Amino acid sequence: MLKLENIKKTFNPGTVNEKCAIRNLSLHLERGDFATVIGSNGAGKSTMMNAIAGVFYADEGSILLDGEDITFLPEYRRSRVIGRLFQDPLRGTAPHMTIEENLALAYLRTSRGNAPFSRISKKDKDFFREQLLLLDMGLEDRMKQPVGLLSGGQRQALTLLMATMVPPKLLLLDEHTAALDPGTAEKVLELTRRIIEKNGTTCLMVTHNMQQALTMGNRTLMMDDGGIILDIKGEERANMTVPELLERFRTGAGKALDNDRILLS
Amino acid sequence: MIYVIQTALELGFMYALVAMALFLSYRILDIADLTTDSGFVLGAAVSVTVAAAGHPFLAVGAALIAGACAGFVTAFLQTRLGVPSILAGIVTNTGLYTVNLMVMGWSSNASLLKQETMFTILKDTGIGGDWYKLILAGGITVAAGLFLVWFLGTRIGLSIRATGDNADMVRASSVNPVFTITVGLCISNALTALSGAVVGQYQKSADINSGTGIVVIGLACLIIGETLTGRRSMAKGVLAAVIGSIVYRFIYAMILKTGVVPIECLKLVTAVVVALAIAAPMLKEGLLFQRRKLGAARKGGR
Repeated sequence: MLKLENIKKTFNPGTVNEKCAIRNLSLHLERGDFATVIGSNGAGKSTMMNAIAGVFYADEGSILLDGEDITFLPEYRRSRVIGRLFQDPLRGTAPHMTIEENLALAYLRTSRGNAPFSRISKKDKDFFREQLLLLDMGLEDRMKQPVGLLSGGQRQALTLLMATMVPPKLLLLDEHTAALDPGTAEKVLELTRRIIEKNGTTCLMVTHNMQQALTMGNRTLMMDDGGIILDIKGEERANMTVPELLERFRTGAGKALDNDRILLS
Repeated sequence: MIYVIQTALELGFMYALVAMALFLSYRILDIADLTTDSGFVLGAAVSVTVAAAGHPFLAVGAALIAGACAGFVTAFLQTRLGVPSILAGIVTNTGLYTVNLMVMGWSSNASLLKQETMFTILKDTGIGGDWYKLILAGGITVAAGLFLVWFLGTRIGLSIRATGDNADMVRASSVNPVFTITVGLCISNALTALSGAVVGQYQKSADINSGTGIVVIGLACLIIGETLTGRRSMAKGVLAAVIGSIVYRFIYAMILKTGVVPIECLKLVTAVVVALAIAAPMLKEGLLFQRRKLGAARKGGR
């Protein structure tokens, strides 16, 4: 489904700030794979996500999605088939537009053949209401309100809905619950799990919660120094505990996991 | 007196198109588009020149297209060539000065003497009696306003609004911000040129300097209007442009009539009003903070 082949990305090449963020990174996700990603600070997790989303082009290597080479496809074209959630809940929605308008915008993705001058129809509204009901946050009665009035958790849930309303081929979650309070984070995470399960979406999720890394999805990837050092799945993963995972990291990377935000809960 | 009111309404409606253009570029796209001054003259120059050739209606279409082209150049500079948005507007604005001279046959002004304009044609039909100018000016502005409100509710309109609101989100929902900024600036500059086109035929002349400061006046109109209507919806924003522009022209007429402020000082007054209005939130915050600080100092002293 998703195939990264020897991706390399260096920031500020040729300057004192030169930083090789990912090097020779290869990854192969099967259709329906839901992989969690953990790693130290600066391991290249977000860089990998951004390379896949097309925020920048990789210096070397190729990216294939569903058989199509998207290495040089611009970001806005990739986002037709790649849904994305950022850590900052404010980044995924337009604050001065209403809930309904935000949803309509996300719905654009499917409407490639649709006329650019079409307006939000009654049918669209009913569909949006139906989708908002799934969030169970009472947003279906606030469709005419600007998104800026919602809480961070509500905005993140809305963003999740916008990214998955039309199931994308690939969903990228970059610590999307990290900025939320624990209760809300749990709720958004549960929604995520439910939606991904329902659609069978292929998904990559960066997390700093070790427990989550083992319980969510079907694969766990560990990154260090711009590469993937550990890829566990199946039985091995099912029997893995957090201390074992840390030990595996130590042997893999030759050092202890160093992430100031990591949660061992 | 009725004549003063009539003129203020006419001018208010015609210049409201500039305020509408700024509503689109400044409020919605969050771009201070300084193409406006010369864009207005471009509209007037094209309109008067084509009307002089005997095509008053074609003149308006030509002005719209010319304005959209100017907007395209500004958009191209900032989206494709990385010129900062304010500078892009200034560069286009400067270049347009020469274009405007060229449109008017390398002269600093152009005028319509005996040729027909949209206004004389309407007058000849006898519709509206003495109010024919107001009917035409109002009709064009209302039509443009309705178009804008409709347009901002379409999918492409929503994308343009989101671009100014949250560019990250736009890219992540498969909209190309380069495209939306370009379309937005083309439309806003077409509206500015439309204003120039109507004013040109109204005054039967175009002058190379007639656009000086129009961007600030347009902003003043928009801000005046917004204090009256609020900024909640798109329809209110467009309405604010029209109402603000009419109010501004009434104030202008009053000043002209009573001589409270010497007319030479009007641009300075307008500039001060705009600066204060835009600075208002900051000033308010600063004032509150100082008051709190003083209050705290007084308490601490005792």
